[in-house]
Amino acid sequence: MTDAMPILLMLCPLVSAVIIFFLREENERLRTTINIGSSLLKLGLVAWTLEGVGRGVIYEYRLEFVLGLYMLLRIDALALLFIALSSFLWLVTTVYAIAYFRGTANLSRFFGFFNLCVFATTGIALSGSLISFFFFYELLTLSTWPLVVHKGDHESLAAGRTYLGYTMVGSAVLLFAIVWMEGTTGPVEFVAPPELDKLSGTAQGAIFALLVAGLAVKTAIVPVHSWLPKAMAAPAPVTALLHAVAVVKAGAFGIVRIIYDVYGIDRMAEHSLGVPLAMAASVTIIYGSLKALQQTDIKRMLAFSTVSQISYIVLGASLPGPFATIGGLVHLVHQGLMKITLFFAAGVLAERRGVHSVSQMAGIGRRMPLTMLAFSVAALGLIGVPPLAGFVSKWYLGIGGLQAGHPWVILVLAASSLLNAAYFLPLIYRAWFTEGPDSLEQYDGKEGPTALILPAVVTAFATLGVGVLAGFAFSPLGWASLIVQREYIP
Amino acid sequence: MTAPLPGAFPALELLIVLPLAASLLAILLGGRLAPRIVLLLGPAMLVVTAVLAFQIQTQGPVRVEIGGWEAPLGIALIGDGLAGVFLVLTAIVMTAVGVFAQKPFGSEGAETTESYTFWPLYFAMWAALNAVFCGGDLFNLYVALELLTLTAVAMVAYGSTRAALRYLLFALAGSLAYLMGIVLLYSATGTLDIELLARQDTIEATRMVSGALMTAGLLAKTALFPLHGWLPPAHGSAPAPASALLSSLVIKASFVIIVRIWFDVMPDVAGTVFVQLLSILGAGAVLYGSLLALRQTRLKMIIAYSTVAQLGYLFFIFPLAGGAAAETPWAAGAWSGGMFHALAHGLAKAAMFLAAGLVIEALGHDRIDDIKGIARALPLTMFAFGLAAVSLMGLPPSGGFLAKYLMLTAALADGQIGLALVMLAGGLLAAAYLFRPVNRALAGDYVPEVAVVTYWRQLIPLGLALLSVALGIISEPPYDLLQVGRSKVAVEGIDD
Repeated sequence: MTDAMPILLMLCPLVSAVIIFFLREENERLRTTINIGSSLLKLGLVAWTLEGVGRGVIYEYRLEFVLGLYMLLRIDALALLFIALSSFLWLVTTVYAIAYFRGTANLSRFFGFFNLCVFATTGIALSGSLISFFFFYELLTLSTWPLVVHKGDHESLAAGRTYLGYTMVGSAVLLFAIVWMEGTTGPVEFVAPPELDKLSGTAQGAIFALLVAGLAVKTAIVPVHSWLPKAMAAPAPVTALLHAVAVVKAGAFGIVRIIYDVYGIDRMAEHSLGVPLAMAASVTIIYGSLKALQQTDIKRMLAFSTVSQISYIVLGASLPGPFATIGGLVHLVHQGLMKITLFFAAGVLAERRGVHSVSQMAGIGRRMPLTMLAFSVAALGLIGVPPLAGFVSKWYLGIGGLQAGHPWVILVLAASSLLNAAYFLPLIYRAWFTEGPDSLEQYDGKEGPTALILPAVVTAFATLGVGVLAGFAFSPLGWASLIVQREYIP
Repeated sequence: MTAPLPGAFPALELLIVLPLAASLLAILLGGRLAPRIVLLLGPAMLVVTAVLAFQIQTQGPVRVEIGGWEAPLGIALIGDGLAGVFLVLTAIVMTAVGVFAQKPFGSEGAETTESYTFWPLYFAMWAALNAVFCGGDLFNLYVALELLTLTAVAMVAYGSTRAALRYLLFALAGSLAYLMGIVLLYSATGTLDIELLARQDTIEATRMVSGALMTAGLLAKTALFPLHGWLPPAHGSAPAPASALLSSLVIKASFVIIVRIWFDVMPDVAGTVFVQLLSILGAGAVLYGSLLALRQTRLKMIIAYSTVAQLGYLFFIFPLAGGAAAETPWAAGAWSGGMFHALAHGLAKAAMFLAAGLVIEALGHDRIDDIKGIARALPLTMFAFGLAAVSLMGLPPSGGFLAKYLMLTAALADGQIGLALVMLAGGLLAAAYLFRPVNRALAGDYVPEVAVVTYWRQLIPLGLALLSVALGIISEPPYDLLQVGRSKVAVEGIDD
């Protein structure tokens, strides 16, 4: 059972992708059944694995490409953190997407690629070697592109072009760095640190810079972030997925793997590789927040907010010390929950009420109470209001910064929180406490189909839940602490 | 090299005799029945090559002396890993194209010139390809290559006689140079058998000159930059099934002979200057072919220029062979990577041309500007095109990626940063020129009116494209096969 588990986890989305590609467009019921069924099945498998990994079991599967070069799928605690997040959010996004797209065309193609995208994300999480990671990282690029251009209009095609342009160049840089390293050390597996000392100190630093630069594109670190706001042209479920689990998280997760499982904390410190990265992340955090403040379009505002928030993960990973690491890892999950809620809600507002810009939000709270409640909870969470998810992340990051001897991190966090409040609070105020142009009488009382509204509510609850229940062992915080204890503190 | 056990299955002989017989039979049966021969021969050839691959893998390289006459009197066929993988590739692509061509080159009712003439050519091409891949004698290779060229030129002539003539001129000049090379070699050694030649130590200068002459001739036939001028018009204007064969297999035949010459016949002769020259031409091909592909306005011309570019990578194996020997757990990374590239390209390019053929059948043209929305009318076809594109760009998961990874590792371990950068740039350029048609095909939100294309015919390019992807995932069996009887300089490098 232990060796089959990674394969089973991978097969869930892959099999459903293949079946759905060949389904006729009209076969809506079967498509929905497969979508929901396989995501439930996967979530069940993840729960099972969670218990096993908690006890210390390692699940591993190898496939040899050529002599000594393996596709290695390995479930460790870190992989599981990402997988648990993606499986949960996949399920809610699927429900949301089915409701969102009801009655539109080309859905077999859409859900085929959607599942392929999940397959790639699962692969990224499970990858136990650099080559496997790159393998799925690229598959993710390719499988998200058809989702981004799903509408086929001029704007989304342009967004798709920008997306591919950025990510392809990023991947080329990443591949160059991987091959440079492996040309000297042989294939790199995450369990066994590579013999990097065969490379000169300069080369080690250069490779690190290239690896991170390659990954930075998907992570949307300034200055290679501008594809992300542009990709807003994609349909709402796609942007939700892009911002919360799939693309940006893949980049951040890759950076975490590189720092801890390829270079290791000691070597990071020895060549002082972490500090420049932490600075880049800090710049991104502030820059993203400043840009978000300038936006009038809700989705673009959220996009810049993602640019800012993702770099919290990078910041946590690049600072030495357990608390910063925990903060970064836990934010991987927390940001996903909060941001997906915001995008779900923004999608509902746009779809049901035609609300696209901040000014149109006036009085929307009373017309869309559940949606706006979810939106508000997630926004407050991102600002860092206790006891919501974002507070936990920021608390640990702050302590981590102090512990690492970089008190300026506190300043960055404080500035970012202020900026977050500056762009979210007016929006929340306007939605709840001002009157809209049209009077309430015209309001038909229906918020929307349950399947469209519910996902945002569920993830909003999760935002609250992971904050309140942070002390439990299987909460994201508990799990992140387990990872740090088990793998990073010798 | 081991002789096959007495009474063993005569796979190598069958691989040449069966298609030759089919070619004659096709003439006798005429255009109405000839297309059907494929439906029998294809599966038979797949089985025979599978048996051969199994023989090679389990018993080591096979050598067959035809009629029992030993070299230098007789003619030898060699079945090593290199021959094995290309024979399997040929069987797969030939069968797929043959089934696909049932429609354009079949005859419903009356016999047509096309349906009568295509099939003898097609089977003769199959025999010639097989003879090249397992030929153990340089003169024999010459004969097979001539037959191959003539069938290929004839197929181009279906589309454009001008392009065919141009192809013929290049090819004949190439043959002449190759012939001069083997004459020179024969006069010095008295044999043209590859295995005997490898053991000769004739004056190095003679071997160098004859090797250079043969290579120059073969380069013209392989269409390596700057001798590529004939390829785009020929491959771009031939009917789609013919283009698929030409791009996927025919140019690989002359490439394999080049590999045989420098890795098997005279492994110790090539100097640094020579191998670097080949790789510089290869780099030129990658960059120049890609840039021109970017500027094409027709789908098939993009694919044809892409072939010019993709061929360039194959020539990187000459300086890179032996590059990463010390650092990686696998041996002969660059050489194996080059061969994987040839295989992946063969599958992907055949898929791409067949997909383009379906687009042309559906729309009546292949102008990129006017294929808007075709992805909604022919979703499977465009999906196949996209998958094939992934392999050509060298992105995972695909055979193209594994090839690129192996070659890149060798390049960086060997300090050949220039070649590594060209490979990466080539991948990005390929993404750029293949993106245009795919993007155009997805644009809009209506389903265009097109002629009917049946579902099962769309499955043929899809199958080939899936195979090129699978090559990067289930890569162990072909990789292991390739290692059987591998030249020792594939590990040690040919220039040192």
